Amino acid sequence: MPKIVVKNIEKIFGNQIDKARSMFEQDISKNEILEKTGCAIGVFDASFEVYEGEKLVIMGLSGSGKSTLVRCINRLHEPTRGTVTVDGVNVRELSNEELCTFRQQKFGMVFQHFALLPHRTILENAAFGLELQKIDRDERYRKAEKALQVVKLEGWENVYPEQLSGGMQQRVGLARALAVDTDILLMDEAFSALDPLIRAEMQDELLQIEELKKKAVVFITHDLDEALKIGDRIILMKDGKIVQTGTPKDILKKPATRYVERFVEKVDMSKIVTAEDAMVPVGTVVYPGEEPKNILEKMDKNNVSYLPVVDKKGMLRGIVARDDIKNKIKGKRDKSIIIKPDSYVFAPETPLKSMLSSIAVLDSPAVVVNKSGIIKGTISEKSIVAALADAENKKYLEKHATH
Amino acid sequence: MLHIRLGEYLETFIEAAAEKGEPFFDAVSVSIETIVKSFQKLLYWPEPMVMIIFFTILSYCVIARKKGLLNKKGLKSAWGMSVFTFLGMSLLYNLGLWEDTLQTLALVITSTLIALIIGIPLGIAASRHDCLEKVVKPVLDLMQTLPAFVYLIPAILFFSVGDVPGVVATVVFALPPAVRLTNLGIRGVQEDVIEASKAFGATEQQLLIKVQIPLALPTIMAGINQVIMLALSMVVIASMVGAGGLGERVYTGILQADIGLGFEAGLGIVIIAIFLDRITQSFGMRKDR
Repeated sequence: MPKIVVKNIEKIFGNQIDKARSMFEQDISKNEILEKTGCAIGVFDASFEVYEGEKLVIMGLSGSGKSTLVRCINRLHEPTRGTVTVDGVNVRELSNEELCTFRQQKFGMVFQHFALLPHRTILENAAFGLELQKIDRDERYRKAEKALQVVKLEGWENVYPEQLSGGMQQRVGLARALAVDTDILLMDEAFSALDPLIRAEMQDELLQIEELKKKAVVFITHDLDEALKIGDRIILMKDGKIVQTGTPKDILKKPATRYVERFVEKVDMSKIVTAEDAMVPVGTVVYPGEEPKNILEKMDKNNVSYLPVVDKKGMLRGIVARDDIKNKIKGKRDKSIIIKPDSYVFAPETPLKSMLSSIAVLDSPAVVVNKSGIIKGTISEKSIVAALADAENKKYLEKHATH
Repeated sequence: MLHIRLGEYLETFIEAAAEKGEPFFDAVSVSIETIVKSFQKLLYWPEPMVMIIFFTILSYCVIARKKGLLNKKGLKSAWGMSVFTFLGMSLLYNLGLWEDTLQTLALVITSTLIALIIGIPLGIAASRHDCLEKVVKPVLDLMQTLPAFVYLIPAILFFSVGDVPGVVATVVFALPPAVRLTNLGIRGVQEDVIEASKAFGATEQQLLIKVQIPLALPTIMAGINQVIMLALSMVVIASMVGAGGLGERVYTGILQADIGLGFEAGLGIVIIAIFLDRITQSFGMRKDR
């Protein structure tokens, strides 16, 4: 069952809602509607679901209604139409008091500009959500300390927010949301105010936080790279409407509209192409205990200077190099000829971008191995270039096929 | 031509109110009298020198605590203030104005307390309801711009002469900044912090107590400081309806054309003003960290 079900949500700001709605349905532009009725269209007819353990990214340019949409989930904005169901409860039917309790129990939220309380210490800030739940002092501080540890802020408990850098302040914001330990985490442009280096670091850490893996996370961003990195699924918004919903690969490979395409064009393909895409599926292998002469023959036949060594189950044992084999035949060296797998092994889902620097310093080819250690394929400079060119080509072809 | 006899109507109304509401005004009168007298008793109780030293230490501690003892500048200003307090108060004692000084203090403290008890909740209410703010604002404007002498007259009608009408007139005059700055401070709290608190499930009451009031505190404190200053500026006018203290001395000085007496008592008011201002101002500042 989905954690959150959003159905036909609409948010129009202003007084002449019906008039604005019918104008919008007639494809009149947002600016014209604003001029004629004084109403701003926030979100129009948006429906989606969020599942447990999923990171859903809502993405769009500023003014596309993404922040409004997420605020409709916990009713920071009162939707003008549609329903929001969280864990089977219709959020829109809750009374004010019920809504407060419901927010305490269900939602953690992280904000673009941190929104910390300047008169409270880091610890008190992190414990704020628990304080609202009237949890006693010792327990809430204990939980807040734990959350601060998760975001790597131990030792900073007693300083004030203004003494921290932006990145660290946002860690506090994240700790505040983790401390309440709700099933749902809403992140509104959480990293947009941070500089690029800190931002990438925070993204990486966010993906590693164990506590988050069971939660439903709704993450808002205007940055496609961030969306691709974080999202299990992505919702693309434009002018208050959802234009496409899908996995990062769906969005890149099959952009639904011209608008999505224009986003996708700017994407660095090396972040999308994975080790699996770039590898050459494994063909010839050698087995431990094979004759050196045999191995050399195999190498000559395939015109390669390295071959992977696998056992009978297909588990990678290492790789052998042509030079080492030759030395062995001449009897100069008697050491084991197998180069042990360490630096050159990658998981199939590793993005190319993060492999490039380590591949560059390798003498041997990189090997792709799945979780149970079974060899999948090898990667060489040539196969990388081919995969990148292929991805760019596909983008190009698809773009021109749709016109 | 039709003459609107506004003055006459008002007079009739106020006289009727004074008559009908006599028990109420008597009760108010007795309670204000009691408060002023208790403050006086409290302030008179120790030896003057003990009191002066107490004020000196108080001013040092308050300022040093807020500005930070480790900070050289803070330490210096705390020292400066305590030296000023000691010399100024000793001078007043020497001039034989000590009792008047304490009486003025008692009047100012009483008026300020009453003004804050009314003003701060009113300011909080006004910050939460736009319509209340719209009603309150012109009333505050009226209270501040109407010459203070004008409401001395009904004050006499309601509360006869003495300290009580003085306190009432002072409260009316000094109340507006408490309401205004409380309202302003709470309305000025950053929207994103409020939104965040709501997102974590803060009720209206929690929002007010845990977020809005603490964040508005510097502004509210500035309001309190203003209330005290306005109350002090009323002491001379209040003495015209029989309130005692330094104001009464100044008033006597005016009536008798006694330059010396007027100046000495006037200087006394200035010294108290500086003392109260610096102490309350440092409350308004955030702790230096």
